[in-house]
Amino acid sequence: MYIQSATKEFIQELIANNKREFGRTLNEYRNIEIKKGVIEHAEGSAQVTFGNTKVLAGVKITVGEPMHDKPNEGNLITGAELLPMASAEYEMGPPSPEAIEVARVIDRGIRAAGIIDTAALFIEEGKVWDIFVDIYVLNYDGNLFDAGTMAATVALLSARMPKLEGDKVISEGVTDKLKTNGIITSCTFAKASGKIFIDPDGNEEKFMDSRITIANDGKEIRAMQKGLAGGFTLPELNEAVEISFEKHNELKSLMERALGE
Amino acid sequence: MAGGEKPELIINGKRLDGRGPADLRPIKIEPNVVKNAAGSAYVEWGNNKIIAAVHGPKEALPKHTSDPEKAVIKCRYMMAPFSSLEGHGRTGPNRRSIEISKVTKEVFENVVMLELFPGTEIDIYVEVLQGDGGTRAAGITAAAVAMALSGIPMRDVPYAVSAGKIGEMVVLDLNMIEDNYSDADMPVAVKPLTNEALLLQMDGSFTKEQFKEAMNLIIESGKEIHQAQEEAIKRPYKEIMDKYEK
Repeated sequence: MYIQSATKEFIQELIANNKREFGRTLNEYRNIEIKKGVIEHAEGSAQVTFGNTKVLAGVKITVGEPMHDKPNEGNLITGAELLPMASAEYEMGPPSPEAIEVARVIDRGIRAAGIIDTAALFIEEGKVWDIFVDIYVLNYDGNLFDAGTMAATVALLSARMPKLEGDKVISEGVTDKLKTNGIITSCTFAKASGKIFIDPDGNEEKFMDSRITIANDGKEIRAMQKGLAGGFTLPELNEAVEISFEKHNELKSLMERALGE
Repeated sequence: MAGGEKPELIINGKRLDGRGPADLRPIKIEPNVVKNAAGSAYVEWGNNKIIAAVHGPKEALPKHTSDPEKAVIKCRYMMAPFSSLEGHGRTGPNRRSIEISKVTKEVFENVVMLELFPGTEIDIYVEVLQGDGGTRAAGITAAAVAMALSGIPMRDVPYAVSAGKIGEMVVLDLNMIEDNYSDADMPVAVKPLTNEALLLQMDGSFTKEQFKEAMNLIIESGKEIHQAQEEAIKRPYKEIMDKYEK
């Protein structure tokens, strides 16, 4: 309790003076590293670190059935696991509301940006490709939305497309790529001590009043999600939208570099 | 965004139900419909039919969910299996309803004076009996009335409504068919005193300008929604007053 309140005061005082731990500025991401293709068995994969936050996204592509309301489309299914080992605060058991929110917000950005054309995943009546994107949080230190979006997107953009021979899915050794369109980046803002800053780490997330994630494709906003009890005024929202577009280029070039390697 | 042929949603500048881009559907709120609740409200918002009820404050159980410094809010948003035109929904929570419950809870964590009731829980139930687009917004609007009627002190009475985009036209308060074929959907809950966004979700596509336009439509419509809320909150008291005056 005492340690917590000391940390809280420390973080809040830094933020109130436009400062952050490790000399970061308010609109600066932590050091970001991206490694694609870390899981050979998965059709696509990527491990992304934002400082001490480490997430791994894996893509599996299998044959499944269409949803009854979309008989001519394949499926994109996004999940997130906040592994109990990733933080002392995560527990075993079914997905928490936090995990579900992370998965659904990442899913909305990727879906709204049209990265995957689900109509192109149609095989024949009653048979479609299912694309599963699973985001594993290996170590938690804040901002799972941006790290998860980045890992999922790089995993999809680098994924191979399996072949169907009769009823058998051939994945190993195929050279075809999964067809994707465009790229999406997500920028998450935290508000504490009346200041707004990007890429909150674990300590900052513990003491922030509110949070908003804005995903864009460089041209348009594609998904947004506000979280926690605090609010954002209209000028604050407009400012955050502007910054999210500035950050798009920065994040996009990191992703393109990783994809090119 | 459903599959199939996209129907014409705007004809001569009017929407299929005759509304202009900035028009709300009719909103009717009935106060105190659940006798066993501390406060409740039933809303008919277009074809949406939703009951919201508030229980508590009461002892937070299980114990580990309680907070010694303030009340905790628990929220359940749920769609009835018979609530939608297509098919039979499954009972029980799903990923969508869990997320909506979470963001609804966060709206009320902002406005309810939780610090007055340490160690307790306040339960918000939102049951969608019939859904026609914009159910989370209508549910929050009704839950705010239920909370006010429960007598639990609040800093403000929030309202919620969604804005979206049909083609390149920014429109307010999408119904189900518009939502299914819309190019953007953005439910927002607003704290009227400060015009802060307490809930904001969006998917689809908005340019920066369209986002500003959508936010303006939402804030503009707030007066009308708030009026419906205020009338519903005052009605039980007005009825008592009228009785006395007779």
